[in-house]
Amino acid sequence: MSEEQVTVAQIPDISLQFEGRVVKDTRAGYSGFIVGAEHLLDVVQTLRDELGFDYLSSVTGVDYLPEGKMEVVYHLYRSIGGPALVFKVQVPRDEAVVPSLYHIFKSADWQEREAWDLMGIRFVGHPDLRRILTWEGFAGHPLRKDWKEPYFEEETKPYKSRWPEGITGYIEDNNPYHDNLQYPAGFDPETWIPQAEEALYASAQKIGRDKELHTDTVVVNLGPQHPSTHGVFRMVAALDGEQVVFLKPVVGYLHRNHEKIGERNTYLQNMPFTDRLDYVSSMSNNFGYALAVEKLMGIKPPERADYIRVMMAELTRWMNHVFSFGFLWNDLGSYFTPMIYALEERELILDIFEAVSGSRMMCNYFRFGGVARDLPEGVLNKVKELVFERMPRQLDAIDKMLSTNEIVRNRCIGCGVLTAEQAINNGASGPNLRASGVPYDIRRADPYSIYDRLDFDVVVHYHGDVYDRYLTRLDEARQSNRILQQVVRDIPEGPIMTGKPAYQVRVPAGEAYGRVEAPKGELGFYIVSTGKPNPWRYHVRAPSFINLTSLEDMCRGGKIADVVLNLGAIDIVLGEVDR
Amino acid sequence: MSDETIQSSNYEIPPEMQGTVSITSLDKVYAWSRKNSMWPMMFGLACCAIEMIVLAASRFDIARFGMEVMRPSPRQSDFLIVSGTVTKKMVPQIVRLYNQMPEPKYVVSMGACASGGGPFKEGYSVVSGIDKYIPVDVYIPGCPPTPQALLNGLIALTKKVDKERIKTSEWYAKGSEAAVPVPVLGPDLMDPRKYALIYEQTHRPIEPEIPAETEQKEG
Amino acid sequence: MTGKGFLSMLLGVFKRFVMTYVEDFRKGKKRYYTAEGIESRRKADVQGIFTIQYPEEKLPVPEEFRFLPFLVYEEGPNGEKDLRCTSCGICAKVCPPQCISIVRTNDPVTGKPVPQPKEFYIDVDICMNCGLCAEYCPFDAIKMDHDYELASYTRQGNIYDIERLSKPVSYYAGIRPTNYSAEEHARQEKEALKAAAKKPAATEGAG
Repeated sequence: MSEEQVTVAQIPDISLQFEGRVVKDTRAGYSGFIVGAEHLLDVVQTLRDELGFDYLSSVTGVDYLPEGKMEVVYHLYRSIGGPALVFKVQVPRDEAVVPSLYHIFKSADWQEREAWDLMGIRFVGHPDLRRILTWEGFAGHPLRKDWKEPYFEEETKPYKSRWPEGITGYIEDNNPYHDNLQYPAGFDPETWIPQAEEALYASAQKIGRDKELHTDTVVVNLGPQHPSTHGVFRMVAALDGEQVVFLKPVVGYLHRNHEKIGERNTYLQNMPFTDRLDYVSSMSNNFGYALAVEKLMGIKPPERADYIRVMMAELTRWMNHVFSFGFLWNDLGSYFTPMIYALEERELILDIFEAVSGSRMMCNYFRFGGVARDLPEGVLNKVKELVFERMPRQLDAIDKMLSTNEIVRNRCIGCGVLTAEQAINNGASGPNLRASGVPYDIRRADPYSIYDRLDFDVVVHYHGDVYDRYLTRLDEARQSNRILQQVVRDIPEGPIMTGKPAYQVRVPAGEAYGRVEAPKGELGFYIVSTGKPNPWRYHVRAPSFINLTSLEDMCRGGKIADVVLNLGAIDIVLGEVDR
Repeated sequence: MSDETIQSSNYEIPPEMQGTVSITSLDKVYAWSRKNSMWPMMFGLACCAIEMIVLAASRFDIARFGMEVMRPSPRQSDFLIVSGTVTKKMVPQIVRLYNQMPEPKYVVSMGACASGGGPFKEGYSVVSGIDKYIPVDVYIPGCPPTPQALLNGLIALTKKVDKERIKTSEWYAKGSEAAVPVPVLGPDLMDPRKYALIYEQTHRPIEPEIPAETEQKEG
Repeated sequence: MTGKGFLSMLLGVFKRFVMTYVEDFRKGKKRYYTAEGIESRRKADVQGIFTIQYPEEKLPVPEEFRFLPFLVYEEGPNGEKDLRCTSCGICAKVCPPQCISIVRTNDPVTGKPVPQPKEFYIDVDICMNCGLCAEYCPFDAIKMDHDYELASYTRQGNIYDIERLSKPVSYYAGIRPTNYSAEEHARQEKEALKAAAKKPAATEGAG
């Protein structure tokens, strides 16, 4: 493993290879390369086919208002591991047009739609460039720096109106509509024609027209209020009989403008907001964000803090996977009894989180350079009891009850197959990727924190179906348990924080991308700092969001009843999908 | 769970029949039976929904209150737990679901987000409280409320139901309230009840400073 | 054999059902409605029934538990309330959703700020219970409460004012004994240091 790491750890200087088309990014604090927009497609094609960078992880739009530029940042990896190749495309702000990478990397699909929706960057060649998080007809592109929300107060927090002359009353009382609303001048609501769904349904109805025997397809809506959608998620499926011939997910029903708020917040203020991304595993979100900011600040947490962090992250992973088994059972029709078993295990871990951080779900426990507080008395013993006795035992029980169960096997094996090529091309990550036979785990591929010192295996299964996704999670939970046993054995005494706790941290100008292997997949935070107390750009590469790109590939050709199963096996959390 | 008797104190029961016979009013039986089988709608929005699921699981177990029958269909549910952030894109659906619920119907606003927008209030796509669109019966603060806090709110709701009487209840009054108009997604969320106001505001002569966006400091 | 896996699942469910009664039998009356019983139902070796019978029995919250913030005041001998808050505004600055709003007191004569708040509002419909205000308050004046039973029928009064937020030190010491004693200890040490630093200066001045 270590020998291989040395060879893949090098990022080639592509500015030499593509002379004239690619230049180095020389801004202070930045890394990577800048590619001319007109050469983007050739360069990316070569990178993928000749240099082995086959995994497009994230596409981020950044609005550099003072320079009058829009920038699109791409993070490209090799699926055999190693650090990222970062390259950017810069276009003028008022004519932001970039060629789409859709046909080279399908993982760009939703991310480009997001950049179009929120930043107003048009991607030429994208076949379905509709709004994704807001709705068709929404006025403006909200993440542009000059776009103001109805309750706009100031560019950055803290707002001056709170102290020393505090305001009283509700903020909506200052709005003419007494709600969070604004309309463009001259707008007449009576003449408004909603246009949101037409483009979507039009593409659904086109399917099946050109067949010899002309059969009607039925368009079915699942969600956003549907018991199987794990939240407010909607799918539009076209059915030929019972078979799915077309499926488009519709998201954005939980779009909470995480990123716009994140740019107003100070660095520390973002920490509790990250809890609400993937609200089932908040500790992992904290971890990713803390790593990204620490990268910018150039600090490292002390040893004990690192151990505590890994302990919390692995407990979260274990809990999340067991929770997902409960959902799997639920989706298979065994309503709630198995879910109750899963939730019991979760409760016991939540008790630990509550004792350590103060809250069951929204932990807000990590700080830059450490963790918020040391483990209270008795908690470590409780964790020991869990990881050495209860957790392995319960996993075995789940294994026994589920893995050989005929209903589970009959429905899951061969359902929702995703090949390795598809998985990599779609940017799937986490258990979804590893179930398709790609042994890519960030904890090994690009190690962070103390994972390089810990002994665990990268779980991989090869069939890429729902059953293998389940097995991957099961084995991964076992590996988590193994990590936890090492961590509670070796955890050292010592400080839990580098430097003094401060509510205003100094973050030098530059960019950073911190990523962790969250339970759902690769969770990345892209942060641009201008040296001020607030980030200039704060982008979340949410694993659930990008994993959903694969949903259509999994469902097409299958039965409508299996759609629910496929969705459940991807394991999404809407807080993270919609942000 | 509930040990309280439905016996009305106004009536004397002969000692030999105590424990087997209760005399009570129809009102009381009606309220008692209703409050002990409130069916929530299976409808989760955001983070709070996870705590709502936990509430139905074994540690907190709402079956003890006769609420374990979570119905995915609004037609069969008695109350709606608005569990989480209400986004503008979701408001039309929530209002429609509320309209589809049979009367009497109740709404529990769970968590800071549903009550007033919560931490996401300042953003552009979250409404400042679901009570701007549908009537809310119980508000539960917290972000998220722990399952026990939610249980506390649900007990408050059953208490409210318990107090309702057939004669005075608004649900059975003539001309019971009409359906809430479903908002429309335009350049921003549009409540049909506010069309005139929107027109008036968007057709004002442009002033150098729009008062809606400036900070008004009063009081 | 087909059906074996299915039966093993049913067996697992049945085992849990039986264990509830076995545990009941083993633990006897102590199992319900006692602090010990609640504790036994949240241990790592819990089997059988798992339910906490809220509201009759309540799950005890750990010391670090946080719900909404409150302001700590020192109780004077005659029942006067002396808020620890100096209206420095750090909590309002650090609050992520900006739900804290403070009006500083100005001296009516000189017009200069006085270190105590005139008004202190927290909008609990915005508060995200993150605990940053309590964490960064330099005067230990704002703390996170344990009281979560706050359901109400109206939203009126969900902007908590200074009256609603103030709670005595004794309450704080009651819900967070470890934190309280650690803070008191640190304060006494600080004061001792201050006094030690002052003494030589005072004697010098006298001499």
